[in-house]
Amino acid sequence: MSAPAAHHYTSTGLDSRKIAIWAFIGSECMLFVSLISTYLIYKGKSLVGPFPHDPYTSATGQTFPPILDIPVTSGSTFVLLMSSLAMVLALAAVQNKDVPKHTRGERIIGSSKLWLWMTALLGATFLCFQAYEFTAFVNEGLTIRTNLFGSSFFTLTGFHGAHVTAGVIWLVSLLAIDYRRGLGPNDALNVDLAALYWHFVDVVWIVIFTLVYLIK
Amino acid sequence: MANEPVHSDPAATTPHAAAHEHHHPTWQTYVKIGAILTAITVAEVWAYYIPSLVASRVFVPMLLIMSAVKFVTVVMFYMHLKYDHKLFRVLFTGPMLIAAITLISLLFLFGQLKAKFGN
Amino acid sequence: MPVGTSTAPKAYENSGVWSWLTTVDHKRIGILYLYTSLFFFIWGGMEAVILRAQLQGPNGQLVSAEMYNQLFTMHGTTMVFLAIMPLSASFFNFLIPLQIGARDVAFPRLNAFSYWVYLFGGIFITVPILFQLAPNGGWFGYTPLTTKAYSPGINIDFWVIGLQILGISSLAAAFNFITTIINLRAPGMTLMRMPMFTWMSFVVQFLVILAFPVITIALVFLLFDRFFGTNFYTVAQGADPLLWQHLFWIFGHPEVYILILPAFGLVSEVLPTFSKKPLFGYPVMVYSGILIGVLGFGVWAHHMFAVGMGPIADSFFALSTLLIGIPTGVKIFNWIATMAQGSIRFTSAMLFAIGLVAMFTIGGISGVMHASPPADLQQTDTYFVVAHFHYVLFGGSIMGIFAGIYHYYPKMFGRMMSEPLGKVHFWLNFIAMNLTFFPMHFSGMLGMPRRIYTYDGGQGWDTFNLISSLGAYMLVISTSIFVYNFFRSKKKGEIAGANPWEAGTLEWSIPSPVPEYNFAVLPNVTSRYPLWEGNEKDLASANMNAQEGKTSEELGIVLPYSTIKPFIVAAALVLMFCGLITTMAVTFLFAAIMVVALYAWLLSPLEPEHH
Repeated sequence: MSAPAAHHYTSTGLDSRKIAIWAFIGSECMLFVSLISTYLIYKGKSLVGPFPHDPYTSATGQTFPPILDIPVTSGSTFVLLMSSLAMVLALAAVQNKDVPKHTRGERIIGSSKLWLWMTALLGATFLCFQAYEFTAFVNEGLTIRTNLFGSSFFTLTGFHGAHVTAGVIWLVSLLAIDYRRGLGPNDALNVDLAALYWHFVDVVWIVIFTLVYLIK
Repeated sequence: MANEPVHSDPAATTPHAAAHEHHHPTWQTYVKIGAILTAITVAEVWAYYIPSLVASRVFVPMLLIMSAVKFVTVVMFYMHLKYDHKLFRVLFTGPMLIAAITLISLLFLFGQLKAKFGN
Repeated sequence: MPVGTSTAPKAYENSGVWSWLTTVDHKRIGILYLYTSLFFFIWGGMEAVILRAQLQGPNGQLVSAEMYNQLFTMHGTTMVFLAIMPLSASFFNFLIPLQIGARDVAFPRLNAFSYWVYLFGGIFITVPILFQLAPNGGWFGYTPLTTKAYSPGINIDFWVIGLQILGISSLAAAFNFITTIINLRAPGMTLMRMPMFTWMSFVVQFLVILAFPVITIALVFLLFDRFFGTNFYTVAQGADPLLWQHLFWIFGHPEVYILILPAFGLVSEVLPTFSKKPLFGYPVMVYSGILIGVLGFGVWAHHMFAVGMGPIADSFFALSTLLIGIPTGVKIFNWIATMAQGSIRFTSAMLFAIGLVAMFTIGGISGVMHASPPADLQQTDTYFVVAHFHYVLFGGSIMGIFAGIYHYYPKMFGRMMSEPLGKVHFWLNFIAMNLTFFPMHFSGMLGMPRRIYTYDGGQGWDTFNLISSLGAYMLVISTSIFVYNFFRSKKKGEIAGANPWEAGTLEWSIPSPVPEYNFAVLPNVTSRYPLWEGNEKDLASANMNAQEGKTSEELGIVLPYSTIKPFIVAAALVLMFCGLITTMAVTFLFAAIMVVALYAWLLSPLEPEHH
């Protein structure tokens, strides 16, 4: 995945790397389904709290309110959604860089650097929200060891967060290349690969937000 | 590994002009889609705060449908699956189906489907 | 063809250890897989021989119960993950590009990476037995036995981490082959003209990318429970003991199709060649392979009929399991039809292929018996099941792989294996295999449980166990003959030539051993058997590709750079995992090295610039 490859014969006329990344995304569906299934299997089965949507009183009389913070997480969900918009604008900027001026105006706005920055920053913001959430939960008495909910919740969202982190690193690497030699239509595929990965990570969060946060 | 095919077939040897060459969304289109996604998210969260709705039996199906719409929108338009070569649709849909069936089967096997939908 | 010490044409200009460490050539990588997996096959076999020696008679004293647990765990783990899967991978690597008319796989460096991760992961999971610290929870690692509470030692840690490492190897290879098969077929080779081995391998790669993530997560849960105190399998915290079983078998059942389909593919190459007839019912063979793959995701809980899932679940999985017997049976009939009225040559490869058809049928029959939950309640956890899966895995996968080795050895090494020795190997193997595993149907029916390290005499099991053990020793002899034949033929085998078997598919149109660039020109394909049914254009390109002695420079073919980077990234990855059982500092150090090496790899070009 380096400098644009000289073209070789292919049976489909498509770039091999794009085929590979869609296969990878398919595989990741199974990975996240395993995590989500486990979360849902254990939903309501924790012996002790804190619980996601219900209050809990411990044997010692300590009370815990429902621990999920819907307003805050709605905010982070919005942030991640907007990062997908930024990503798609970044890709458009790269793909259409050399398009004649009169057409370019309708296809892109801003530059690849701007939108790659926005995507990475929004992604990093999402991660900050996650870090805040995790810390708050730990302070409120929910760790990965506390109960079934803690184990499955932190593992599921932690894996997702790790994927976001990898994505942010990928975006920053693309930015570095953009600063060093610029990104143009020849790099469209490389940016497309990152974009597909990024959107997929967003799509997984859409599922998690609904199944974990909104459904009780 | 450069090679000249014995029988040149220009359509096959030039890198496939990505399908989106035939589909040129404007940036406004992308922003509009972003607005739709935001609107659905707002609606979902709004619904969460209506206790009578949450208690009703339509709440879960409603949320699932809304999320599915967001999911499909991102995949079809942002990930461009609608306009790209059919191969990618196959590569994605197959695993998605197997994943969905696995999820539902596991929920059934652990008795969580009755818990969520049943009487 | 002259017999003796004359040298076969050399495939590679450069030799020496460094050329092997830096290779990105799929053929070399295939050969590396072959040697390593044959080693592990023998290693796993020796583990089994010790088991059989212990069980030869009642109240055996050869090994302790603990050692026995380690031996049967490692025998299973070794055979599944370190022997059969990589033996198949050896053929994926060597054969797929040649069968589809490509110069290499889609991602040659990723390919090398897959091999090195396998090698290092295999070493990681194998060395512990030398210190009596081997995994001891069975190859299927059921919780809660494998949780820290019941397995406090380091044994299971090796298992969990080792399997994660090996999973990465398989996944990377799967993405590579999916892309290769979709995208690098020669002009005219539509999907329905691909050789059957490539088709079956294609299905297998999808099984890998869909099944391995599930066991990855199951293992993550177990790892987290053992290292970080999470509760996924902690019953005291409300965890469900069946979670592991379901996740494991959602992976585990597709896994067994991963183990058998490549062997089926090899048989589908060998039988037509030595019947001098195209494969009977090619489209049906393709569709049944696909159906087996898809249905394979819907049968997993037939491994769990005894846990009490309830009548609905039991019935569903019983039905789906019976259903999957149909496409499998169809293949058997198609193979028989291929041979019928063919002009049969009983080469060693052919004998093993026919052996698979017969032995797999036996294994399939006992398998169908397990599909019925009431019957399975008697059979499960007895030696009846052990008989079943050894018939399908040894009588099936291994025999198919042996067929493949005899068949493709000339293509790999330029020389023929000795046919007389091959036939001795076959017959000894065939008799020994049946002696070892057939009696297990009986001891199983008489109630002998699995995974016991001794048994009291007088329960009706003694004679059966004795026969099994004698059969196992005979397997040692037959395998030794094979190993001798394999190594001797490299120097002394008859020179092979491009198509010693007069086969019909593309890999036989190029010299043996294969030149580095595979095909001088992209082959033109208009049929399933280009060398049998090809038109003038096909044969013309085949002729151009048969020329020997040309170098890639002469032909103007650019080959990828050899590079040590995949090796380094693989080593760093495995060492990173090692940190989990030593100190986290090690993990961070090697993670950093890995990231640096990965960037170096991603930012360097695959091959020299060219036009």
